[in-house]
Amino acid sequence: MNNKSEEKKKHITKIILITISYLFIGVMLVLPLFSIIIGALKEGLGFYFEAISTEYVRSALLVTLLATVIAVAVNTFFGIVASWLLTKFSFRGKQVLATLIDIPFSISPVIVGLAFLMTFGRLGWTYPAIRAINQFFGTNIRITFALPGVVLATIFVTFPFVSREVIPILNAQGKDEEEAAALMGASGLKIFRRITLPQMKWGLIYGIILCSARALGEFGAVNALSKTRGETFTLPLEIDALYMSGTDNSITAAFAVSSILVLIAVLVLIVRNIFEYRSKNKQTER
Amino acid sequence: MKSTVTKKTKKVRVIPGYHLTMGITVTMLSLIVLIPLASVFVYALKLSPAEIWKLISKPTVLHAFQTSILCSLAAALINCVFGVIIAWVLVKYDFPGKRILDGCIELPFALPTAVAGITLSKLYSETGALGKPLAALGIKVSYTRLGLIIALVFIGIPFVIRAVQPVLEKLDHQYEEAAFMLGATRAQTFRRVILPEMRPAILTGFGLAFARGLGEYGSVIYISGNSAKEQTQVISYVIMQKLGYIDYASATAIALVMLILSFVLLLAVNVVQMRQASRTNIL
Repeated sequence: MNNKSEEKKKHITKIILITISYLFIGVMLVLPLFSIIIGALKEGLGFYFEAISTEYVRSALLVTLLATVIAVAVNTFFGIVASWLLTKFSFRGKQVLATLIDIPFSISPVIVGLAFLMTFGRLGWTYPAIRAINQFFGTNIRITFALPGVVLATIFVTFPFVSREVIPILNAQGKDEEEAAALMGASGLKIFRRITLPQMKWGLIYGIILCSARALGEFGAVNALSKTRGETFTLPLEIDALYMSGTDNSITAAFAVSSILVLIAVLVLIVRNIFEYRSKNKQTER
Repeated sequence: MKSTVTKKTKKVRVIPGYHLTMGITVTMLSLIVLIPLASVFVYALKLSPAEIWKLISKPTVLHAFQTSILCSLAAALINCVFGVIIAWVLVKYDFPGKRILDGCIELPFALPTAVAGITLSKLYSETGALGKPLAALGIKVSYTRLGLIIALVFIGIPFVIRAVQPVLEKLDHQYEEAAFMLGATRAQTFRRVILPEMRPAILTGFGLAFARGLGEYGSVIYISGNSAKEQTQVISYVIMQKLGYIDYASATAIALVMLILSFVLLLAVNVVQMRQASRTNIL
């Protein structure tokens, strides 16, 4: 009897909720993105290219890329090994181990910086050993406030990224194929190459992409461990330095440098969506 | 006799590589994550509880804790409301631009925090595109706690949406139909049938967003005034400040409290998730 008014009500709720969603995402998420691009181009293209090709930015780009490449390599290796362990075997304390691997997700980046200072810095417990080595060999190895510290902090914050993407995929696939292969006498390496690697391929690639994006953008942890502009600064630190200088030009330059990272972020998002689309299509095919 | 028992209970592992992968995993985890974190605890243990209390009970530190906790709570609550609405819209409705909208959700994860920070700070400053009209209304956003909350809403929204979305997708249509057949109004159906199903997911998203907000640094330090007087310093800013002054004792004491807080939160989220898993298994 009042079906019609009920339908109408439903329709109105739908429109209101969709509008709220659009407004929220538009204002909160998309608008900031555009404001970076507009901020970056405020002084024209000439200024833009000048701003992103200074000596400092080039050095920061190199440091960032170095830290990212090492972090991705280390964490990809770790991710593959850890997901093999956590999906192919059952053992006591598995849940605890999985939780420990996820710790870097829930720790403030500033505390990560502090942790490395407490380990390798002047007050850190490895400091006497580092000093002894330096005295003995006449070297000048430094970890905090130097490149190794930046690299270590980057590895820490991106530590679980690959394993987190790979583990669910391997769990969903089960381990029957591997077991069969092992019973038929295939070596571990062969099983991995022929069965597990193809299964985890897409998750692995996606994990690597996420890991790179996070490594490129890490700020808090690196901020605590890196003090020399032009030497150990990463791109986010360079952006911070430019922004904090406070002049109109340096703020525009900060946005110009930011726009490089924005571009990478948008690319990551597009890739992410392609992956999701693919996996959803696969599911419906089955 | 004893040896046969242990032999029986010992699991047969067909797939090779258990010891190797276990060794590598534990070693790398220890070297990169556990040992550095343990160093913080070891250093903190050198301080007596009285000293720790003295260091963290300074007014500036307490205010920073208060600011961080209150603003993260407020932001997480706001995110729960909008997160549920957006997740609902993305799951239940079809409309133009849905895929693009869905694709934008993870933007805060992909965007470096420092970049988000300077952008939001500019956008909401008194000369910014959003700050100007708001300032005309007498609302100051940048360099106040309100700005802090906005930055934390930005950072936290994907946590709630991505926690609630899969639960809504799995939610059986029959529940809603049954409730309707039994004469429930739509509001009743939502409150009595759908909301209880979503509750664990909302709690998980809330916990994750809250935990992230507590420790957030890059995206909040530009938009918050970082003024001790106006109580807009967040706790991670205070730690960084102490590190700058080489006041490692204070930094460690504050970090200890934060680590304990985030472990408790992580544990709570895990408990909620495990309960949810066991519940869905029974069903």
